[in-house]
Amino acid sequence: MSGDLNNLRGKFAIAGVATFGCGEAPGYTDMELLAQAARLAVADAGLTMKDIDGLCTASASSTMWSMPVVEYLGIRPRFIDATMIGGSSFIAHLMPAMQALESGQCDAVLVAYGSAQRTSTLSRKEIGKARLLMDPQPYEHPYQPMLPMSAYALAASRHMHEFGTTRRQLAQVAVSARQWARKNADAFMRDPLTVDDVLNSRMVSDPLTVRDACLVTDGGGAYVLVRADRARDLPQPPVYVLGQGTAVWNRQISSMADLTVTAATQSGRDAYAMAGMGPKDIDVAELYDAFTINTLLFLEDLGFCAKGEAGAFVEEGNISPGGSLPVNTNGGGLSWGHPGMYGIFAAIEGVRQLRGNAGDSQVAGAQTAIVHGNGGTLSSQSTAILGTAAAL
Amino acid sequence: MVNQEGGVQAIYQAALDQGRFEIQRCNDCGDAIFFPRELCPGCGSGDLSWFSPSGKGTVYAVTTVRRKPEAGGDYNVSLIDLEENVRLMSRIENAAPEEVKIGMAVKARVTVNEGHGLLVFHAMEGAAQ
Ligand SMILES: [Zn+2]
Repeated sequence: MSGDLNNLRGKFAIAGVATFGCGEAPGYTDMELLAQAARLAVADAGLTMKDIDGLCTASASSTMWSMPVVEYLGIRPRFIDATMIGGSSFIAHLMPAMQALESGQCDAVLVAYGSAQRTSTLSRKEIGKARLLMDPQPYEHPYQPMLPMSAYALAASRHMHEFGTTRRQLAQVAVSARQWARKNADAFMRDPLTVDDVLNSRMVSDPLTVRDACLVTDGGGAYVLVRADRARDLPQPPVYVLGQGTAVWNRQISSMADLTVTAATQSGRDAYAMAGMGPKDIDVAELYDAFTINTLLFLEDLGFCAKGEAGAFVEEGNISPGGSLPVNTNGGGLSWGHPGMYGIFAAIEGVRQLRGNAGDSQVAGAQTAIVHGNGGTLSSQSTAILGTAAAL
Repeated sequence: MVNQEGGVQAIYQAALDQGRFEIQRCNDCGDAIFFPRELCPGCGSGDLSWFSPSGKGTVYAVTTVRRKPEAGGDYNVSLIDLEENVRLMSRIENAAPEEVKIGMAVKARVTVNEGHGLLVFHAMEGAAQ
């Protein structure tokens, strides 16, 4: 069973986490937000920057991002991974980080990200224009899809067509996320939100409205991964990595074989196999909700519902506070915030829940969490299963 | 050997610019291929030929991108499955965006503007399923 990587299960733990400047941080750069989150995460782990000898990071704009990060933090890492597969990157970084720790290449890996997407002086329109030039998609761009949103809208159209999923069911995903956000003082949007509010909000790319889409916020996030034996000597309760898997099947939405089945089926299968667990063993799910359709797709592809049944599952209140499966307990990308690439924040929320630090949104007795990142236009998927000492 | 006509992306666009829609087929496994590749994504073969597909297809997924009337108004973006079992992104030009439905039968056309060809689709008369 070496292919399942069971030998790595529980051998590594997240010992420190932090966020910084989430929501609005006017006047900050991506790097400044990353650096503050990194500093705080290292301190949270009871370590100093001198202890950091591994680095994982990614940027949506800088192609050589790991170099300025090394320079800025003043570290001399022996292990660097700057794999960039969109918003799932910082969950995908777990596997190479574990391999590097396992081999002895390094002893403490910092995974860090920052984005001033909301308040940056560089407008999203300018960034969009630069992308068209630097990273052309000649078989899609001529038709002017509003990417990434139109890609997710196409997937939603197909899910509705095949399974009878409704706009109300999609809207309930946003409402459930908001109900969680209302319990979390750190969430960016905490006003009451109803299904009708979502349905009546501005349509952007049918069937998705502006309220079916994640927020645009600033923020930095970071975590520190060490070997489990070391984590047990550090101040925070270790959050163990029980399983991990990453899958990329395509980049363009037009190259996806079935718009209702994502590569999360593969990343989830690998993560569950490594953990020796299944969906029934999961207490909390943090699923990258860039758009409302994402939550439905990942509930199905990660095995919490049969294919086509997530709409009804959500409509019955299962993912809302008090429901059978706590999902996106911080409010998610839809209501907590979304600094460009959300994956690291899903992981950090999983850690917060497993430490029992989640305040009003704490899921009582949570011992296991699945944290799932998505990147591109349903292009990359990365899944990790985290657990407390009781889950080992 | 480098092809003097350029890579397959340039060859595909050059055909469109002359009003022709051509895609590739793998001479080893027989799969039709889109978007144009230097190797078959099904079997890895480099032995590929160009051919003219029937142009008949079906709308697989659909969205209407909302745009202010002064900027040109709403428009359709669709994913279309060709008879030859390949999928591509395009738009349906002869129907209002809200009338484009999944399952609709469509036919390929090439429009050429100032020498630049673009693949678009038209809904086939009375063919909506
Ligand atoms: Zn082939």
